[in-house]
Amino acid sequence: MVRLTINGRVVQAEKGEMLLVVMNREKISVPAICNHGAVEAFGACRLCTVEITKNDWNGWKNYVTSCLYPVEDGLIVSTHSETVINLRKTLLDLHLARHPHSEHVRQWAMEYGITQTSFEEIPDGDDCILCALCTRICDRMGFAAISTVGRGHGKEVAPPLNEPPPDCTGCLACAQCCPTEFITFSDSGTSREIWGKQFEMITCKECSKPILTKDFAETLSKTRNIPADYFEVCDECHRKATALTMGKISQWQREDTAS
Amino acid sequence: MVIEPRGTLYPRVKVKDVEKIIESSIVNDEPEKTLLYSPNGNSSSVEKYKNIPFYAKQQRIALRNLGMIDQYRIEDYIATGGYQGLAKALTDMTPETIVDEVKQSGLRGRGGAGFSAGRKWATCASAEETPHYVICNGDEGDPGAFMDRSIMEGDPHSVLEGMIICARAVNSHEGYIYVREEYPLAIMNLQLAIEQATSYGLLGDNILGTGFSFTLKVSKGGGAFVCGESSALMRSVGGDVGEPRAKYVRSVLKGLHDKPTVLNNVESFANIPPIIVNGGKWFASIGTEKSTGTKAFSLVGKVRNTGLIEVPMGTTLREIIYDIGGGIQDDRPFKAVQTGGPSGGCLPKEKLDLPVDFDSLTEADSMMGSGGMIVMDDQTCVVDLAKYFLKFLVEESCGKCTPCREGLYQLHSLVDKMSDGRAVESDLVLAENLSKSIMIGSLCGLGKSGPNPFISTLKYFREEYIAHIRDKKCPAKVCPSLISYEIIEGPCDGCMACAPACAVKAITGEKGKLHVIDQNICDRCGACKAICTRQAIEIH
Ligand SMILES: Cc1cc2nc3c(=O)[nH]c(=O)nc-3n(C[C@H](O)[C@H](O)[C@H](O)COP(=O)(O)O)c2cc1C
Ligand code: SF4
Ligand code: SF4
Ligand code: FES
Repeated sequence: MVRLTINGRVVQAEKGEMLLVVMNREKISVPAICNHGAVEAFGACRLCTVEITKNDWNGWKNYVTSCLYPVEDGLIVSTHSETVINLRKTLLDLHLARHPHSEHVRQWAMEYGITQTSFEEIPDGDDCILCALCTRICDRMGFAAISTVGRGHGKEVAPPLNEPPPDCTGCLACAQCCPTEFITFSDSGTSREIWGKQFEMITCKECSKPILTKDFAETLSKTRNIPADYFEVCDECHRKATALTMGKISQWQREDTAS
Repeated sequence: MVIEPRGTLYPRVKVKDVEKIIESSIVNDEPEKTLLYSPNGNSSSVEKYKNIPFYAKQQRIALRNLGMIDQYRIEDYIATGGYQGLAKALTDMTPETIVDEVKQSGLRGRGGAGFSAGRKWATCASAEETPHYVICNGDEGDPGAFMDRSIMEGDPHSVLEGMIICARAVNSHEGYIYVREEYPLAIMNLQLAIEQATSYGLLGDNILGTGFSFTLKVSKGGGAFVCGESSALMRSVGGDVGEPRAKYVRSVLKGLHDKPTVLNNVESFANIPPIIVNGGKWFASIGTEKSTGTKAFSLVGKVRNTGLIEVPMGTTLREIIYDIGGGIQDDRPFKAVQTGGPSGGCLPKEKLDLPVDFDSLTEADSMMGSGGMIVMDDQTCVVDLAKYFLKFLVEESCGKCTPCREGLYQLHSLVDKMSDGRAVESDLVLAENLSKSIMIGSLCGLGKSGPNPFISTLKYFREEYIAHIRDKKCPAKVCPSLISYEIIEGPCDGCMACAPACAVKAITGEKGKLHVIDQNICDRCGACKAICTRQAIEIH
């Protein structure tokens, strides 16, 4: 256990826990848009930056991203010092210039009182903030179908050679975690399209609702040892069937005790 | 050409001179007086290279063998005392005493940050996790720098020997030399040196029969500037994309494959063998108290003598520029010197007496970096210069974190606006504030030091920025939007040479009559001024 001070409040934490995790637990919030519980911290957006010092640092301060900083005893953290606020404002201001059409970016900037960018707006700026959550989640799923390509200002998320990605299973994990809803896909009952690739959907044997893509089902049954027929029925119908079975069991049990 | 052991220097030797030189210098051991070096306009000649200011103020430790030995022969290296340090380290010393010797030498990393090599080695040596790795940073991404390349190409064994000694000190059995792909000769020479050293029993299994083993491989880098940054380099060596990794654990504890790793620069390693042979105390007696030893620089720009130099730490900028560099070309006024590579800083003439060492440079808002030194005269515009380096950094940013990717891009466009005469005074405030955020917010050293070209020029040449912004004038007459080319009556004799040279046809005039440039058409390329032999075209 270590003791640290955050915004004047003494809190306890496990040694080595990430500062952002501790802050979240203590309900102290900072924007952290490239962070996601399912993947390792990455340190790209820099919005979660906080000011740290220690009593024996002789007034020296450091600025660290809380999502990646392991807490230690005696740490004194300030999440909203003037310098930190100024940094966050600048970052949001820069985002607003780069992604002028994103409602999400507009919203985040508004929370820090920025409605208009001070910089030169990039007219054809898209909504991708390059948080790399999509590529990291895709890696995590074991597909690594998309990645960031290029460098500097021209960096972007793309499938290899900008062609429909061979390793994509159409699971939608990337689109679901994209904080700006930049990744588009279309679902039409029996088929799905994402990253320019077409997928056939498996529909529920019971209710005929689309469940997941055939590619994804096959990969899951292969890599996670799930019986292939598991995906023939949707979760909801699985639950209905389970409830029915459970109902029957308790009925029998009641009949048993009665007799 | 230098004839040893007298040290007689013959500059710019031609084939026809060879016979005379052999006759006097070799057969009779007398200098051939007619071919000796004579300083500018001075009739008395200087025989020994050590007495020429260019060499007199230099002291070569890291560059000791450059040009002196045949880099392709390990025998040459050994004949000049090579691998003596390794023999001593392996037979007379323990890993602890090697680390102590390096600590005592005070050697600080020559790749930029100036971290104590001895302390780095000690941390790695005592790290419990295994295996330990040793890596040499030969990325040298600074445009125009060529110190490390010269060492890798011209004296590869000095790097190998330093690394093997380090491996022994930190108990490592596997090492890598990371070299950019654009240095094919360095890669080839290092590989040849590794083969030779292995066949001599100086690398590989059971080195010199001591039971200690260490293998070395050359790892080729893709050539991005950011790959020289430690965490990016280690990912690249490990086979990943060379992108920096955000973390708050030092790479000496979690480096290559997350294992303890010593990463040092080429020049740092080249300094190790002499330190082991002559002792840490000897090295610490050279240079200043906190920056010991010597430092190699690539001296370029508007000085008379350019090239690779090595001076004791603490030598002043004035000595480097005026004594070694021979002063500014065409006797123009000195304006500034840029040190530390693209993200280094610019120092004005008031700082000419600054001793060149890690801490003095940092205090003056510049940095040592890996040793680039660009000298500028009064024809350089600092706004244009800042714009140039920022452009380089924008292109080299890996794009991972927002402040560096978006921030440097916007900082470059703000400075571009200034040089273009489109900026207002509030843009200067905006750029300063943005710079602060980029510096504290960026993930790796590239972003953290990225605004330096702007910040350091602004610190010393603020009035020049103001001139661009408020008066729409470029005092150095460089920024195209803020100058005009004008033909002056008198010198112009209407020779008609300039008009055809102008690509946009801005010049009109008849033969023998004054020519005129239409300012609305002129795109300020300067072609007419270059072609006019009568100096009739002026920049306003
Ligand atoms: C953007 C960036 C580029 C760098 N490029 C180089 C390089 O080309 N060569 C080098 O030796 N160090 C470079 N460094 C410094 C290295 O990260 C590291 O500090 C150094 O290699 C350690 O060796 P040393 O202690 O012997 O200097 C760079 C650092 C940054 C942030
Ligand atoms: S597409 Fe979305 S999730 Fe992927 S990097 Fe861009 S903003 Fe992040
Ligand atoms: S080249 Fe020079 S001298 Fe000749 S016409 Fe042009 S400006 Fe006049
Ligand atoms: S959450 Fe993005 S850097 Fe920490």
